[in-house]
Amino acid sequence: MGSVRNITSYSGNGLRDWLVQRVSAIILAVYILTLVAFMICHQNLTYGDWSTLFSNLFFKIFTVIALFSLILHAWVGIWTVLTDYVKPTWLRGLIEIAVIISLIGYFIWGVEILWNIQGVLF
Amino acid sequence: MNKKRPVNLDLMTVRFPITAITSILHRISGVILFFCIPILLYFLSCSLSDQISYDAISAVFESFPIKLLNFLILSALIYHFVAGIRHLIMDVGIGETKMGGKLGAKVMLFMSILLIVILGVWLWVL
Ligand code: HEM
Repeated sequence: MGSVRNITSYSGNGLRDWLVQRVSAIILAVYILTLVAFMICHQNLTYGDWSTLFSNLFFKIFTVIALFSLILHAWVGIWTVLTDYVKPTWLRGLIEIAVIISLIGYFIWGVEILWNIQGVLF
Repeated sequence: MNKKRPVNLDLMTVRFPITAITSILHRISGVILFFCIPILLYFLSCSLSDQISYDAISAVFESFPIKLLNFLILSALIYHFVAGIRHLIMDVGIGETKMGGKLGAKVMLFMSILLIVILGVWLWVL
């Protein structure tokens, strides 16, 4: 049993995948609710409100954690879907590589966005 | 072959259990969201780079096609979110019976439709 491993699962361990999917889902949910609450508190959101939020160091860290959760969550999720529907191993492998490259790119892009915020010009 | 065997090709009368429908929708919404990540990152990047591009993207958000696009993406997110929360609740062991499952699926569907309607009102009416 212990030798049954699937090298293309996120961690090579189904139970760990399951846990990653749950923990990342909870982090994403809390992050999204935070953004919704912020928008409800700032009707007619201005660039000032928005850029100040994302310039705050704690919110930046929270955003990076959420981005990281997003790519893990999307990876485990898409991996599950591919395993169910794409049967030829070579094709699945190819799509998996494309998905991984995209997700890593999204993470780097997201971090780059956060570190390129122009402050408000007073 | 027995020509008298029952055939049912009327898709309106083929009955899938509600739990099968909510579950496949959760999967479809997840895949849609995956494809929308670059769109969302692009909007985030426009909204955060500076005041001028913030104003530009705000104006673009008012145009009908982009508003519709945002409505569709956020609807998928709402559905996936609500269905995901229900999933987590069932993981903790609540509502795992067949009846509980059906009731949970109905409540979840109602909640998502309600939130999607509120989203529409927020985008187009307020
Ligand atoms: C916006 C980014 C998100 C993307 C791209 C995404 C994508 C996916 C995908 C592709 C799946 C696999 C579906 C399946 O196996 O049938 C999935 C599953 C799941 N998602 Fe998400 N998701 C996102 C956000 C969320 C959020 C915010 C929550 C929290 C409420 C959530 C909760 C879940 C749960 C609990 C599962 C597991 C379902 C299962 O095991 O069948 N997701 N997600």
